[in-house]
Amino acid sequence: MADEPKGPPNAADEGEAKKPTSGASGPPPPSGAEAAPPKPTPSPAGSPAPGSAATPAAPKAGVAAPAKAPAAAKAPVKPEPWSSPLLDELQKRFPGAVEEAVIFRQMPSLTVAKESLLSLCQFLKGEEGGGYTLLTDETAVDYPKREKRFEIIYHLYSFKRNDRLRLKVLAAEGEKVPSVVGIWPTANWLEREVYDMFGVLYDGHPDLKRILLPDGWTGHPLRKDHDILRQDDAWVKTNLGIESGQ
Amino acid sequence: MQETTFLDANELLLNMGPQHPATHGVLRVKLKLDGERVLGSECVIGYLHRGVEKIAENRTYAQFAPYTDRMDYVAAVTNGMGYVEAVEKLLGVEIPARAQYTRMILAELQRVASHLVWLGTHALDIGAMTPVFYTFREREEILKIFEKYCGARMTTHAFRIGGLQYDLYDFFEQECLKFCDYFLPKIDEYEQLLTKNRIWIDRTKGIGVLSAEDAVAYGVTGPVLRGSGVKWDIRKVQPYEAYDQVEFEVPTGTHGDTYDRYLVRIQEMRQSVRIIRQCVERLAPGPIFGKVGKVIKPPVGEVYHSIEAPKGELGYFVVSDGTTNPYRVRVRPPSFVNLQALDIMIHDHLVADVVAVIGTLDIVLGEVDR
Repeated sequence: MADEPKGPPNAADEGEAKKPTSGASGPPPPSGAEAAPPKPTPSPAGSPAPGSAATPAAPKAGVAAPAKAPAAAKAPVKPEPWSSPLLDELQKRFPGAVEEAVIFRQMPSLTVAKESLLSLCQFLKGEEGGGYTLLTDETAVDYPKREKRFEIIYHLYSFKRNDRLRLKVLAAEGEKVPSVVGIWPTANWLEREVYDMFGVLYDGHPDLKRILLPDGWTGHPLRKDHDILRQDDAWVKTNLGIESGQ
Repeated sequence: MQETTFLDANELLLNMGPQHPATHGVLRVKLKLDGERVLGSECVIGYLHRGVEKIAENRTYAQFAPYTDRMDYVAAVTNGMGYVEAVEKLLGVEIPARAQYTRMILAELQRVASHLVWLGTHALDIGAMTPVFYTFREREEILKIFEKYCGARMTTHAFRIGGLQYDLYDFFEQECLKFCDYFLPKIDEYEQLLTKNRIWIDRTKGIGVLSAEDAVAYGVTGPVLRGSGVKWDIRKVQPYEAYDQVEFEVPTGTHGDTYDRYLVRIQEMRQSVRIIRQCVERLAPGPIFGKVGKVIKPPVGEVYHSIEAPKGELGYFVVSDGTTNPYRVRVRPPSFVNLQALDIMIHDHLVADVVAVIGTLDIVLGEVDR
């Protein structure tokens, strides 16, 4: 009920040239760091992203794709292929490592082969790779219907370029993902949280154990097949001797 | 920290929290001590975990917005702002200027309020009793403005996806300016109490030193990063709302110790007042809601959007599958990431300094645990 537009309806400016931005619009002003972010090149639209692995293939994605919010811009909004000097450099140095490169809402996203993740991250962190020294976030998304159900997501930031970059690694159930703690120490807790919430295992993590949930917890609650209703059933059965009332 | 059962004769494992007044909530720190010296530490968190990210997947985009207020509950306005902006970015809508400036005013007031809570409690932890009474007095004025605007003091849910639900009340501008005039001398008052106070300096200078390299490596953001001398503020480098239209400085420290972080936050309050004044000047009548339908159904895709919350970089990673519910909402809380640096900051310090360092990190456990 919070969404009713209350403002005066100046519907006249229903812009077809609506910029697909909201918050961080426009190029960031120079502020200490030399701002040279790779501009989202208006690449030839229409060519769908090769290998639709990047678009979330959620249960109802096919149905819902055309049904956009009524106010959304007319132009199709979907991830487009990304091209930049950095990507060319990556493809030259790590042939076959970048499986997909798309850009959506000005944020480039690279799907990276698991085997070359560490060397690629090390390169990106270095001076030549753009100096992505800050690992802002590491998390995961679960797509249970896919063959490799987990997308591990890394958000990198470069002070030098004032630029963000998203990396993705796909992992199947039980498959180990190389830990980036050796490159960015901040990944320690973030990877523990991914393990806690999704059950993704990391190779080379110094202390992989639950962080938010108690040690004796069973299950990984942010998996899509983790039912939010049934989780107390076992406890109720053992401790109260009755069937759960939920 | 290495878990051992056979400690050296002079080593002691001390459990601090979760019920401890200086941990600002339910944080438990296991300290390995040699006398009073800290050899190692380990944080145990999660006592306040509510599964906010799971809740998000079972709510619509609009329904989830009030939950964000409950994460960093001393800075609810900025939490909500980060979320609604992330969804707006996903939708690709622009919000009107009046809504932008209103958001900025409230967010900066919230930053001041959050820093006031930090200053009062941090000083109290270290042993300065007086500032907490003063800072909560000034914070009350800010909460009154919030209450008049949206009816709530703490968990405000002030903004909606697409703009604002309420236009500003009469005399809002005057009240904000009145608060600015009233508040600036008060900052001097706090500084008189602390900045050159011998005890305060002894307790904070050289305590919890975090070098710039370590700060970046541990992903620390916000005033803690700036206290280490890295001039980085998302409002400046990747401006959202209309932060590129206003003038303000980004204060930084040089030593990366607790005292510098104190100075940085004090300066930030002054800068916030400066931003509020400029925003009030630019408030013009106009629409307060962008083009967002009643049913929010973003296109398939994923966005990451982050703002400069009072405690650091607050990021929202929203994945849409084209339905009315988000497929995944990931919150990147500043407190969670900043807290990770506690271990290296308190190394070789005394137990009493652990309290000072927890205070200077400015964590809120609601946000750490989500």
